[in-house]
Amino acid sequence: MIDFVVHDEGDSVGVVVVEGVKAGAELTGWVMDQDSEIKFKAASDIPIGHKLAIKAMKAGDTVIKYSTDIGKVVSDIGTGEHAHVHNIKTKRW
Amino acid sequence: MSQDLSTATFLGYRRENGRVGVRNHVIILPVDDLSNSACEAVANNITGTMAIPHPYGRLQFGEDLELHFRTLIGTGSNPNVAAVVVIGIENGWTQKIVEGIAATGKPVTGFGIEQHGDHETIMEASKVAKEYSQWASELQREEAPVSELWVSTKCGESDTTSGCGANPTVGNAFDKLYPHGATLLFGETSEITGGEHLVAARCRTDAVRERFMFMFDRYQDMINRYKTSDLSDSQPTKGNIEGGLTTIEEKALGNIQKIGKECLVDGVLDKAEAPTGPGLWFMDSSSAAAEMCTLAAAAGYVVHFFPTGQGNIIGNPIMPIIKLCANPRTVRTMGEHVDVDVSGLLRKEMTPSDAGDALLDSMFRTANGRLTAAEALGHREFVLTRLYESA
Repeated sequence: MIDFVVHDEGDSVGVVVVEGVKAGAELTGWVMDQDSEIKFKAASDIPIGHKLAIKAMKAGDTVIKYSTDIGKVVSDIGTGEHAHVHNIKTKRW
Repeated sequence: MSQDLSTATFLGYRRENGRVGVRNHVIILPVDDLSNSACEAVANNITGTMAIPHPYGRLQFGEDLELHFRTLIGTGSNPNVAAVVVIGIENGWTQKIVEGIAATGKPVTGFGIEQHGDHETIMEASKVAKEYSQWASELQREEAPVSELWVSTKCGESDTTSGCGANPTVGNAFDKLYPHGATLLFGETSEITGGEHLVAARCRTDAVRERFMFMFDRYQDMINRYKTSDLSDSQPTKGNIEGGLTTIEEKALGNIQKIGKECLVDGVLDKAEAPTGPGLWFMDSSSAAAEMCTLAAAAGYVVHFFPTGQGNIIGNPIMPIIKLCANPRTVRTMGEHVDVDVSGLLRKEMTPSDAGDALLDSMFRTANGRLTAAEALGHREFVLTRLYESA
């Protein structure tokens, strides 16, 4: 059972692909590019499609997804926490 | 089931100019907002015809007017259209549209309302529409190779599942169609933001790369000129954010999964401009679904791949739009809008190649005549792109 997917092992976030993930849940992730499996404990409730941090990030850090810069951290994010518009912003516009 | 695309054929309508369409519409096309009513009346009178109303066409000028003409002429010229009745408030611009469409060789007749009024115009236009409808109803489909199919793509109400499921499925299908001489299109200039270097690296020549970056920078300049924020209320959209997308960069990197891993960008088009040969083309275009699909149809594309995450429900009046989705919640709650369910990708129940084959199978069935979900549900969003205010 896959609970979240990660595009590349170097990414800092994964995408939850099942409904109803609650804080404390043990999650299994599929790293697509390397076809490997990782496990994480959810530290927040995370809706389907939303991201969880698989690396701890500090404000000012760059978030990596698809092995590419997708924006900047604006407040610290711990592993397993919900990573979204409250703690990540665009570097453009 | 994977097909041998080198020998695969579809059943389409070969038009006077040699292009092959997959639908056989007789359209009643207004030049301007004032003529919508007469067009709708004619379409109500005559079975087998369809009016395509829109809100523009008065006092436009310069490049904006050229785009208006190019979009209407392109729509009428699309090989999914058998014949066209054009109605405008006056004869000048009406005849300009008629002459543009007539260059394809297909039947087209124009009517100006002034000095006739709605009643007489509707009567005379209905007489012609009836002849066109009966004539078109006898046209037969014939076999054509994949190289004669023009396929565009644009995604909508994307979420994170678009980037890891539905969009790579389109990419897989594009990678499979490309070597067989298909004519392919992507666009959505603002939704390349953050991945422009990746698209630039895929351009076949330096000249194509320069043209792509010119279009990209032109759009960025427009956004920077008018923006009042970081666009986080509109790009990503509220639906994108609800679906888990956080920044434009993340959305863009998901978006460009649609051009696959292998095909190169062979050329760059301005809005509603027709490509001049096979290959993958980039069109400078809005990322708003109906605008981009209208421009793609006006450029001559006959089938469209539309990945969605949260469930965009768009259709187009003349171009069938095939929806695919990898989000299991959307497939469950909005299944009537989904043509191809690829949610199995994210459960490892299907491979990207399986998903691409499922999309291609749907493409052939659609090209051969099966109605898409959007067609069956009556979605006919026809939205003209405007560049600036009317005079």
